Amino acid sequence: MTERKIRVLVAKPGLDGHDRGAKVVARALRDAGMEVIYTGLRQTPEMIAEAALQEDVDVVGLSILSGAHMALAPRVLELLKANGQGQVRVFVGGIVPDEDVPRLREMGVSGIYGPGASTEDIIREIRDAIQ
Amino acid sequence: MAHMTLAESVLSGDRLALARLLTHVEGDSPEARAALAELFSYSGRAHLVGITGAPGTGKSSLVNQLALHFRKQEKRVAIVAVDPSSPFTGGAVLGDRVRMRDLSGDAGVFIRSMASRGSLGGLAQTTAAMTLVFDAAGFEIVMIETVGAGQNEVNIARLAHTTVVVEAPGLGDDIQAIKAGILEIADVLAINKADRPGVENTEKALRSMLELAHPTRKKFLHHGRPMIADAAAEAADSRLWIPPICRTVATDGKGVEGLAAAIALHAAHLRSTGGWNLRERERLRSEVEALLREALVRRFHAELSGETFESVIQNIFERKLSPWEAVRTLVNDRQA
Repeated sequence: MTERKIRVLVAKPGLDGHDRGAKVVARALRDAGMEVIYTGLRQTPEMIAEAALQEDVDVVGLSILSGAHMALAPRVLELLKANGQGQVRVFVGGIVPDEDVPRLREMGVSGIYGPGASTEDIIREIRDAIQ
Repeated sequence: MAHMTLAESVLSGDRLALARLLTHVEGDSPEARAALAELFSYSGRAHLVGITGAPGTGKSSLVNQLALHFRKQEKRVAIVAVDPSSPFTGGAVLGDRVRMRDLSGDAGVFIRSMASRGSLGGLAQTTAAMTLVFDAAGFEIVMIETVGAGQNEVNIARLAHTTVVVEAPGLGDDIQAIKAGILEIADVLAINKADRPGVENTEKALRSMLELAHPTRKKFLHHGRPMIADAAAEAADSRLWIPPICRTVATDGKGVEGLAAAIALHAAHLRSTGGWNLRERERLRSEVEALLREALVRRFHAELSGETFESVIQNIFERKLSPWEAVRTLVNDRQA
């Protein structure tokens, strides 16, 4: 009866402890009317996939500043698929070198955002991706 | 597999189906109502434990510790964690999982965050239905963590068998304790962050508040003579439950065993005194009444033309008709 809310899991995989970006994005998505499940620091891909399943989210946002995105993002995608959640869109924010962007997209990442990305772009692209 | 209903998949232990059904239930979809009807006969077995208290008292961390404890007893644990929705955008940041990372990777635990979606009282509209799904799915303990609550968010007491109110030192003076309605719903009181200074004062304030409600020494007349009864002795043979006060430190798990024992003791007390069935019955009654109200209003609107209703509203607006008369005529006309 109520309108369908977009549910987003915001997670920080890997070992870097900088979660300011993740929090800013979480807050911006909330202000755009989405329900954001924030899981905190140092999550393994397994923990992220499990939380995505329990929370039945539409989108997973990964914040990675450690440089490990080429290992972490595909692993999360793989686990989501294994859990029957292949429809979940994955977005990556953080420090991603230009040459990695097309490779991540090929793996199935729906959007990649570096420093200075506008939250409006992120919100719009999330909305478009889950249409 | 393809012929299984969503409810059947949930009963068979399919976690993805469970997660999907919870989403349907949260959206109050027709699929959800069909599945809930199917699951209902499997429910009524879980111990529903409410965890409430002011923001920052450590509810999520305590839920985490309690869940770890119940897992040691090999009980399957579900957690429904409610956080507030923004009244302006309808969005929400649900952050309770941050404190529950110890529970990750354990298939005997299922955590679901939910936004209050404009509902007051510390829970969301569909929290009760969500707990029913977990109950039917075979979770023996369902913990419901409310929105950070203050003085009036007491709906949890209607839903849970056992309500734990979490306090922490240094949050307010004893006047807060006297006026706070939330303390009246406590079956168990936890003073979390008990390693902090001020814990003695907090406990004293809570104890004196409890003594007002349940005097530990009360005078009564026995064959015309004043007697003094000890509440502890009285509680032993009567149906009186005095909320125990447990000190905990959720960050390192201190006191959690005692808290879990108090929760289990309360369940045993409810079962031995018939309070369990009483609570269950009252909860089901209020659920049926809410559904009935909704169905009757819907039927009323279906049978009455929108035009008629609007013209009545217009008459009320022009002060030609009072709302009370209007409702009387609307209801009576329909019956005629």
